[in-house]
Amino acid sequence: MSLLATRGLTAFYGDFQALFGIDFELGAGEVAAVIGANGAGKSTFLQSIAGLNAAPRDAVRFDGETLGGEPAHRIARRGVSLVPEGRRLFPSLSVEENLRLGASTRRRGPWTLERVYALFPRLAERRALPATLLSGGEQQMAAIGRALLGNPRVLMCDEISLGLSPAVVKSIYAGLPQLAREGLSLIVVEQDIGTALSVADRVYCLQHGRVSLHGRPAELTREAIARAYFGLAA
Amino acid sequence: MIGWIDTLVQGVLLGGLYAMFAMGLSLIWGVMRLVNIAHGDFILLAAYLALVFGETANLHPLAAAPLVVAAMALLGYWLQRGVINRTLGKGLLPPLLITFGLSVVIQNLLLEIFSADSRALRAERITTGSLQLGDSLAVGWFPLGVFAAAIVLGLALQAVFARSALGRALRATSDDQETVRLVGIDDRRMYALATAIAFALMALAGVFLGMRTSFAPSDGPANLLFAFEAVVIGGLGSFWGTFAGGILLGVAQTVGFRLDPGWGLLVGHFVFLAVLLFRPQGLFPRTR
Repeated sequence: MSLLATRGLTAFYGDFQALFGIDFELGAGEVAAVIGANGAGKSTFLQSIAGLNAAPRDAVRFDGETLGGEPAHRIARRGVSLVPEGRRLFPSLSVEENLRLGASTRRRGPWTLERVYALFPRLAERRALPATLLSGGEQQMAAIGRALLGNPRVLMCDEISLGLSPAVVKSIYAGLPQLAREGLSLIVVEQDIGTALSVADRVYCLQHGRVSLHGRPAELTREAIARAYFGLAA
Repeated sequence: MIGWIDTLVQGVLLGGLYAMFAMGLSLIWGVMRLVNIAHGDFILLAAYLALVFGETANLHPLAAAPLVVAAMALLGYWLQRGVINRTLGKGLLPPLLITFGLSVVIQNLLLEIFSADSRALRAERITTGSLQLGDSLAVGWFPLGVFAAAIVLGLALQAVFARSALGRALRATSDDQETVRLVGIDDRRMYALATAIAFALMALAGVFLGMRTSFAPSDGPANLLFAFEAVVIGGLGSFWGTFAGGILLGVAQTVGFRLDPGWGLLVGHFVFLAVLLFRPQGLFPRTR
């Protein structure tokens, strides 16, 4: 049985419909990649699960119960955590205060400050700095660390690689399979197909608010993905 | 000469009360970018609450203060959760209109219940004793106590914000109210807690106001103005700036009163206008 699933998930911005019935499944300990071009609805998809956009009640289920329509802070407390696009660290808090704030979900689990610092040693060196003085890559690490301190069961990462150098992206992504092996389920949203496919157990490709292709990376050909991604005719 | 020193000292001590007025306003602004137009009326409401405790239970104002503080904190929490939160996120105007409406409602309720007559809290000896400094200079114990209370509360507030988990969550909510929800913090509850703390401060300020001077139902807007001027003079978003702003306003007013009894408040307003004109960020703006 899947840990997190959406059935016919729709989302609107005013009159504009951004998602047209997304069916999605994520098993415990799995990594799902959601790929697609700019404006395909990837971020909206994550925000709808996280509760920043109200989702229809039965459209999102988590651990056998409905998650749709819950306020965002309750969804985070139930263990579904979003690392938002653009990191969104709190500028008037230090790095360590940002991380500690992640524990506001009051969930028990393996994650402590020490473990986050072990995962991202560079954060330990910069713990007392204001979050705004970190480099882009360090900010991304801090944003992931903040979410981990909430001991989530599902971690959703929106565009980790945005604005980061390939080497930094590689070092951040190198840690993800480790997280999955410990039982954390992950959803990564990326525009960069190669990066996403390298870690994913399942791939969903979105196009204009619909799933244009899904499957296991090994079963999908590059041509099929390119077609689903760009909407090119075969 | 000694007269001017006396004026200066009285002004600084009066500034302690204004700093207390301003702290609540500054706190609410800092956390949710909201100006509470009814701020001064709630301060008055606290003074009247202390009056009621005094008349019905024969409680000394200082003995009633903890009750007034608790009641006002509860009122603030409920008001934020039940009323003001519903108006947030819909632009600048709805929360302004709501608090403006509250201001009118409170003024008229007070007028209806207590009439337009000036009242005062009977504090007896506490407000009349003084500390003799040399032959011709005396400082009242009570203004000194209010000043000390303002400093202690300012320090406490600063410590809560800088070091406690609650302060961390409040600062984060002030930074980015959407993202705090992603870490499991209910931003609406944070707003309500901030308002409760602000109302507790305002309650104490109201009791002190009522012990210091007589008050009437129509005094609320003037209190709001003093709080607002102290905040603007000091610089928004910094506790010590707010404190300094209160003191500067207090000194300006007492100096004005000394020049001519009709000028007191006016000189305070002039200082406020001068700061707005020449240093609109305030004298001690937040450095971050």
